[in-house]
Amino acid sequence: MTDPHALLRRTPLTSVHERLGATLTGFAGWLMPLRYGSETAEHNAVRTAAGLFDLSHMGEIMVTGPGAAAALDYALVGQPSTLAPGRARYTMICAPDGGILDDLIVYRLADAEFLVVANAANTDVVAKALTDRAGAGAQVADRTDEYALIALQGPNATSILTPLTNADLGAVKYYASYPATVAGRDILLARTGYTGEDGFELFTAPQDAEPIWAALTEAGAGHGLLPAGLSARDTLRLEAGMPLYGNELGPDLTPFDAGLGRVVKLDKPGDFVGRAALEERAAATPRRELVGLVSRSRRVPRHGYDVLWDEAACGTVTSGAPSPTLGRPIAMAYVEPGVAHEARQATRDGGEPSRLAVDIRGNAEPADLVPLPFYRRTPNS
Amino acid sequence: MSVPDELHYTREHEWVAVEGSTATVGITDHAQQALGDVVYVSAPTPGSKVTAGEPCGEVESTKSVSDIFAPVDGEVAEVNEELGENPGAVNADPYGTGWLFKVTLPGGELPPGLLTAAEYEELVASEE
Repeated sequence: MTDPHALLRRTPLTSVHERLGATLTGFAGWLMPLRYGSETAEHNAVRTAAGLFDLSHMGEIMVTGPGAAAALDYALVGQPSTLAPGRARYTMICAPDGGILDDLIVYRLADAEFLVVANAANTDVVAKALTDRAGAGAQVADRTDEYALIALQGPNATSILTPLTNADLGAVKYYASYPATVAGRDILLARTGYTGEDGFELFTAPQDAEPIWAALTEAGAGHGLLPAGLSARDTLRLEAGMPLYGNELGPDLTPFDAGLGRVVKLDKPGDFVGRAALEERAAATPRRELVGLVSRSRRVPRHGYDVLWDEAACGTVTSGAPSPTLGRPIAMAYVEPGVAHEARQATRDGGEPSRLAVDIRGNAEPADLVPLPFYRRTPNS
Repeated sequence: MSVPDELHYTREHEWVAVEGSTATVGITDHAQQALGDVVYVSAPTPGSKVTAGEPCGEVESTKSVSDIFAPVDGEVAEVNEELGENPGAVNADPYGTGWLFKVTLPGGELPPGLLTAAEYEELVASEE
């Protein structure tokens, strides 16, 4: 019998995960760690201590040349030309009809050098769209194979990293990146993440990934560090109210649908792909609203389940999971804007049976609408 | 993966222990590993009848929900109330404190088609 995993791409750290006994899973064509032990323990480690993630499946696309900034201003909904070198921003790339092709982080490494980090499943689409949209003065190259990406996340991340790096971590701002050394190896160090915690992402050469992972593991031993898999990453980002492409974001949705209209810089000069459609969407009444739900039941709302208002379908769950931090099932869902308004009012009034529910395999399980995010860290705690 | 010799198994990854006319049911070590952390167990109500091969409850984990299939015919005598507070027992001790429910067998008879430990190990190997 053929091993289905044999067809998947391995990261520079897959052997490490195998030695750690991780449960591996196929994800966007890559063989990735789902969890090493208990995913709840991994989740809690990130909230209270620190977690170490292999994110080498993420796409790294370089956009370089004298026209790079202008090319990205045209290709993306944001305005990367206004980024200072060393700074980064969350943005999106849209189709001409305003549909989201991917959400991205763009790092400006130098005046004429940008690193675009794309979701693994979309790297090819993004690289192609950027290539098609770039003018003569910009070169686009998919460099995913030249990078490993390690994330160190959690309140103890700084303490763990400090003895291993030459960087002054106190001076590394959120959404900034610096060339640095970690464990004696040159890396790009960024203060970014997808967990709702403070932390760092380390872009390393593939051959440096194992020694850096080992050094972080050793340094983290006294700080509660656990390796953490994709399962914990998903519950962490859900608690933090962060959208996931394929769940909250997709080609049938615009940034405005996702409540992320702020990433669309309609006031930037010049045309950009999707401008006309997005201007129209910005002016229109929203067709749906992304909301947070907390279940009153112990059964878990899952992706694709119907949201009910007075027993009638009014929306769809995009992501749902048991929340380790809240101790209850939580979900994000798209619902009709009128329902969101009424449910918000009902939650404020409290007490009475909820008119809001999720259809969990045929049973209407009551839920309450809550503001996103579900979890917000206490700064500098 | 632990597969105790003295138990009976189903193709849906439940185990059955028989003592007199009472069958205790749980999910296997392999099943709990595949599911990940169990957060909620919905077992059939005591007094209800279950039919071998039919879904009679569910196990929720972080990533998924799975049906529990009744491995035997009979009447539910008892459910593991401890799992309400501590569903993680299904992960920690799937053949012990993580048991799900007990069924009174009408004639004290097990239905045909249950697997031995060796047959179950073979099934798991073939699924991997």
